[in-house]
Amino acid sequence: MPTDNKYLFFLGCAIPYRVSSYEVSSRKILAKLGVELVELPEFNCCGLPLDPVSHEAMLVLAAKNLALAEQQDLNILTLCPGCAGTLKKVNKILKEDSQLKQQVNEHLKEAKLEFKGTTETKHLLQFLKEEIGVDKIKAAVTKPLTGLKVAEHNGCHVLRPKQYIGFDDPEDPQTLKMLIEATGATCLDYVDETECCGAPSVGISDKVALSLARDKLNHIKDVQAQALITICPFCHIMYDTNELRIEKLFNEVYGIPVLHYPQLLGLALGLKPEELAFSDLRVNPSRLIEQVTETLNTQ
Amino acid sequence: MTEISATQTSSNQPIKTSEIDPKFKYELVALSGSEKILRCFQCGTCTSDCPIARYSDSYRPRTLIHMATLGLKDRVLKSDTLWLCVACFTCTDRCPQDIEVASVIRVFRNLAVESGCIPQVFKDQIGSVLESGYAYKIPELRIKKRESQGLPPLPKGDAENVRKVLKGIKIVESIQNLKGEATNANRQ
Repeated sequence: MPTDNKYLFFLGCAIPYRVSSYEVSSRKILAKLGVELVELPEFNCCGLPLDPVSHEAMLVLAAKNLALAEQQDLNILTLCPGCAGTLKKVNKILKEDSQLKQQVNEHLKEAKLEFKGTTETKHLLQFLKEEIGVDKIKAAVTKPLTGLKVAEHNGCHVLRPKQYIGFDDPEDPQTLKMLIEATGATCLDYVDETECCGAPSVGISDKVALSLARDKLNHIKDVQAQALITICPFCHIMYDTNELRIEKLFNEVYGIPVLHYPQLLGLALGLKPEELAFSDLRVNPSRLIEQVTETLNTQ
Repeated sequence: MTEISATQTSSNQPIKTSEIDPKFKYELVALSGSEKILRCFQCGTCTSDCPIARYSDSYRPRTLIHMATLGLKDRVLKSDTLWLCVACFTCTDRCPQDIEVASVIRVFRNLAVESGCIPQVFKDQIGSVLESGYAYKIPELRIKKRESQGLPPLPKGDAENVRKVLKGIKIVESIQNLKGEATNANRQ
């Protein structure tokens, strides 16, 4: 098992495709917290998008990524819950089923690779909690976001299915809340907090997908959250990129900025909004930034 | 906007004995993901906790499982609503019989694909993975933007090895062949 304090950074597909602000802000806060990331020279899709078509193809693609990480003898850190969930699940399945492992390794042989099961994967959320620690993050905060009231949205694959993920409590998750409170901001409770954002059904039934996101935004608006905090590229697209579309489609008004958790933490660590790719956000965050800046000036 | 029809017409028709494949449930028991399907006692926890079922008139995981155990193979595999599941795994985590409900739906999807039913969005993603290693084609503009944002270059997608390791997986190969034929046709 790799013990080095370095981590292999697994980027995935969705973040470079549409949500680079998440990567920019994550890299900034990880550097601030003294984490050394090792770049993957090559990788492929984690496998998740292929699962509905061929479970076998999903297993092979995920195992291929894990085998590449094993060659470098490093654990994986990923920002995407889909990638994290898939790599964790496949690692566990193959470690427990030697016959299936052999079958998958037959495929990997074609690329001169072998899955052994020696690498662990963590999503950013789990990484921050377990490898850095909430107390250390709290101690690193130089500009506490006192007075700011936000809501959180976890993203299903960080928590479920619990038998494969084994992190936090999917029915009452606390990690993201604790990490938000570590910045000095208040994290509000709201109805149906753990409900899915609906992103995977975009393209199958946009109406169903956007209805899910609308109800979540309504619940978040009800508790007067000033921002929504996400830790998943797909959830972020659902609420930020699609917020205007939802407003138009259902005749609603929200104007709730949707921040990646690293953007929120970044502000509290003293980084500037322009260093954290705030300008990439579709829902204008300028009022929020003004308020944060005013609070900081009066501190 | 792509839409799944609001009602699942085939399931509203009376069942004919000729439709029933009594061996279908044993086929499912033998597949990874749906091994425990016979444990289902139709409590409905999956459907009542399903975020999609709340907003869709047609997607009901309990009904799909019931139809499958009755042997209504064609109705299950041809059902459009199969593709609405968001794989949030709430049903899997809450099933009192420990059935991985979302995995059962995934098995249905895999079988549906084998029988020729596959939504375009999944075809596109496989095509992209085989071509570039990435599930989406990353636009040139995005790659340039990475530089301006101070991000390291995009990792290589390793598509050649992706194609190598997926060799022998029939369904992937058939999609790849279809794609190859289309590309050749365009060239001609």
